[in-house]
Amino acid sequence: MKLKVNNKTVYAYTGAKDLIPDQDTIVFIHGAGLDHTVWLLQSRYFAHHGWNVVALDLPGHGLSHGPALPDIETMADWVVQLLDGLGIEQAAVVGHSMGSLVALETGARHPQRVKRLALLGTSIPLAVSEPLLNAAKNNDHDAFDMITLWGHGHAARMGGHPVPGMWMIGNTVRLLEHAPPGVLFMDLSACNQYQSGLDSARQLRCPVLLVLARDDRMTPVAIAEELIHSIGNLHTVILDDCGHMMLAEQPDQVLDALNTFLLDGQA
Amino acid sequence: MAGPRYPRFDTLSLHAGQRPDPATGARAVPIFQTTSYVFKDTDQAAAIFNGERPGHVYSRISNPTNAVLEERITALEGGVGAIATASGQAAMHLAITTLMGAGSHIVSSRSLYGGSHNLLCYTLPRFGIETTFVDPRVPASFRDALRPNTRLIFAETLGNPGLDVLDIPAIAEIAHDAGVPLLIDSTFTTPYLCKPFEHGADLLFHSATKFLGGHGIAIGGLLVDSGRFDWPASDKFPTLTEPYAGFHNLVFAEEFGPAAFIARARKEGARDFGACMSPTTAFHILQGIETLPLRVQRHIDNTRKLVAHLSTHPAVDLVIYPELADHPDHELSKRLLPNGAGAVFSFNIKGGRTAGRKFIEGLQVFSHLANVGDAKSLVIHPASTTHHRMDAGALRDAGISEGMVRLSVGLEDPDDLMEDLDRGLHASQK
Repeated sequence: MKLKVNNKTVYAYTGAKDLIPDQDTIVFIHGAGLDHTVWLLQSRYFAHHGWNVVALDLPGHGLSHGPALPDIETMADWVVQLLDGLGIEQAAVVGHSMGSLVALETGARHPQRVKRLALLGTSIPLAVSEPLLNAAKNNDHDAFDMITLWGHGHAARMGGHPVPGMWMIGNTVRLLEHAPPGVLFMDLSACNQYQSGLDSARQLRCPVLLVLARDDRMTPVAIAEELIHSIGNLHTVILDDCGHMMLAEQPDQVLDALNTFLLDGQA
Repeated sequence: MAGPRYPRFDTLSLHAGQRPDPATGARAVPIFQTTSYVFKDTDQAAAIFNGERPGHVYSRISNPTNAVLEERITALEGGVGAIATASGQAAMHLAITTLMGAGSHIVSSRSLYGGSHNLLCYTLPRFGIETTFVDPRVPASFRDALRPNTRLIFAETLGNPGLDVLDIPAIAEIAHDAGVPLLIDSTFTTPYLCKPFEHGADLLFHSATKFLGGHGIAIGGLLVDSGRFDWPASDKFPTLTEPYAGFHNLVFAEEFGPAAFIARARKEGARDFGACMSPTTAFHILQGIETLPLRVQRHIDNTRKLVAHLSTHPAVDLVIYPELADHPDHELSKRLLPNGAGAVFSFNIKGGRTAGRKFIEGLQVFSHLANVGDAKSLVIHPASTTHHRMDAGALRDAGISEGMVRLSVGLEDPDDLMEDLDRGLHASQK
């Protein structure tokens, strides 16, 4: 669906369904330079299993008009503005990579609006390497290639997409190419500059799910240790044979982890 | 670039799309010769049917062996996804019917494989899809033929049989200016010689029967999506940008993003038209692709030797091969096909149709049949076989003379091939 937030056109995938007022809502937030289509399987599942789904495109991404937002805190406030625009009081918020930082910050800044939080492929801090940042700044294709190569686990770089006939390497590159020039750099800079994540994590009061992957070189499991110890009500799932791009690499495992966590909240 | 690099072409040819079978540890791609798949429970069944979980339902729509082949060709071409089809013709038909319906129009090169020409010229008009044929050597002719209802530009990397080299970047620019995609038949070149997506093409297909398989034992096609065409940018492609009642009002461009085209081709085209590839055929094609770089290089090496040999033969009027300096597309070939201009070429024998017949019947190593891209060398007379439905004018437009012979150069010892050609040419002049 399309709607206006701050007088800008915004797109959110809802599973081709109308949002139902008395139904629980899940907000999905994508990573740097990407869009709502990374949640293809998971968002479609929940949309057809009794949930309102809002798989948003952040400003300047996918089908949402720009400009892109400059920092994680602004993105978090924007998510709440989107909820206001949709008339949604409270939602489970699920974020991947940069989206996990936005989700975390949304939970910390607007605790009354977030029922549950799922942080996928996350680490605090989420430092971005100098070569990647420089390539993104120059709108150099190397930035897309670095994210694609580092983002996929070792096995996934040869393929084996769970969706028949799809090449996940090609799909990731194409999604990143689709982002307007400068958007990826803004996103990566926002990740790099986000320093208050651990403080925000300590403020969380809602239940939190952390999904990490053993073959993730962008947000390694080891770096998540401090985050894990900062969150009180936390459940952690670590995926085997999976890299950072877990939504495509292990869609069923991600869905099962989310489903268990979110259904628990409905019980 | 710092850090890791993508696997290279030869490695992808062997590995892309496959991990050792988790159930058995099998290193080779298993042939999943099954029509259907047992679901764990009713929820999983419903989720797979509805596109909420990945998986296979029925082998007309997808199959694990075929999926490896589809990923492998996508990796080699640099796309986002592919579908294996019953033949190259089925792949072409699937591309067209995914994009358009009655009332649509195609601009196509006139230098085509005879089967493609038949589909566009004779069959599709019966279903309300018309085609205007243009000279592939004149890029502006594609622009001039555009109509408001044009939905596709189509051509071959190397025209058949005149070996017109398509100026893919120029034609792609014309297509994109008009808001329509460029579909390429890349059968003659394979990704080893040309990757059309790198030059601006949006979609491509192969007759995998030819060089990809390389063994001449299996008919198959592959349709590949680059994922680059911006479908939502126009209102010309409602199959991709409007709700599809046949799948719960799914809007493919919104839901699948870069993979919108190939997703619709599978969810509708594979489901409803049903021109699927057998898993055993997919296995055969995969065996071919594993050695694609080695084989195509040998095809090229042999072709260059035969072209050089025939170019100075007294019984030969003309050799048509883009690497020859007198070929009209010589410079374009150097730019777009630096590793070789394919292993199919034509030549005119002195003496016309009669000499051509004597030549073919005098050969002992070359096989006289209607195919190209086999490991074995092949020969045919286009005017009386592959292009026999064309009248004299259409033959002339396609650059086919009465005495033209087409060779598909195989992997035999090149000296044996040259001796065989000498044998046939000697017979042709008696």
